[in-house]
Amino acid sequence: MSNSTYTVIFYLFAALTVGSAAFVVLTRNVIYSAFSLLFTFFGVAALYVFLSADFLAVTQVVVYVGGILVLLLFGVMFTNSIMIPGQKSEVSNLFFGALLLLGVTGGMLYTFSASPGWKISGKTLQGSIVELVGFETMSHYALPFEMVSILLLAALIGAAFLARFDNKGNS
Amino acid sequence: MDQLTTIGLNHYLTISALLLGFGLFAVMTRKNAIVVLMGVELILNAANINFLAFSKFNGGMQGVMFALFVIVIAAAEAAIALAIIINIYKIFKSVDVSSIDSLKE
Repeated sequence: MSNSTYTVIFYLFAALTVGSAAFVVLTRNVIYSAFSLLFTFFGVAALYVFLSADFLAVTQVVVYVGGILVLLLFGVMFTNSIMIPGQKSEVSNLFFGALLLLGVTGGMLYTFSASPGWKISGKTLQGSIVELVGFETMSHYALPFEMVSILLLAALIGAAFLARFDNKGNS
Repeated sequence: MDQLTTIGLNHYLTISALLLGFGLFAVMTRKNAIVVLMGVELILNAANINFLAFSKFNGGMQGVMFALFVIVIAAAEAAIALAIIINIYKIFKSVDVSSIDSLKE
């Protein structure tokens, strides 16, 4: 793949990610937000491929699109009466929110442009990293891996306990 | 022009800064608790892009492993937060975060 094709595809996915993220926060309709988040997650997964983290890209699609987004859609449909047309979610603090957005983003972009370039290592990550992830998980990161699996188990049992149907009939 | 066409670290950091800004905007301005949760997911994705970008251009695996753990924590956080929001909806019949103020006098 030539260098210019690479650049064009990168900008395409960057525009998809940023544009759909902007649509998530700017539209008033919660359902539109949820479906626009789908495109953001796919765009971020594509950027992970550009960063040669192919395993992370697949994990992103499986966990975010297949898990978290479905949970969010369940939440939207449980808690909003979406059958009423024209229902909008309300917005507050618009001025301070815009100030925060412009301040944080502008400050960071200014810092990037004003600082002298980054020191890039001579050996960047190349190719597939699946094998390396396996080695690291079972050697350096064995303890965090076990801890995070126990955390996930506890969190999911807790979530199921919190959201279970109350059969006493007083809900 | 050369800076724009050669994809480097700053490109990824720019995308990440924009996602972080949009996430903060959603958390700050929206009243629907689920959209606030979507803003938190955007912020976590921005952090992940940063981890992976620095990991790629540094040549180490630390950022990749940390990003993997961030994804797991995000899954746990989304499940718990949705359970809490559904309970709030059962009690208050609304997910408007500014109307849940029964602790206030």
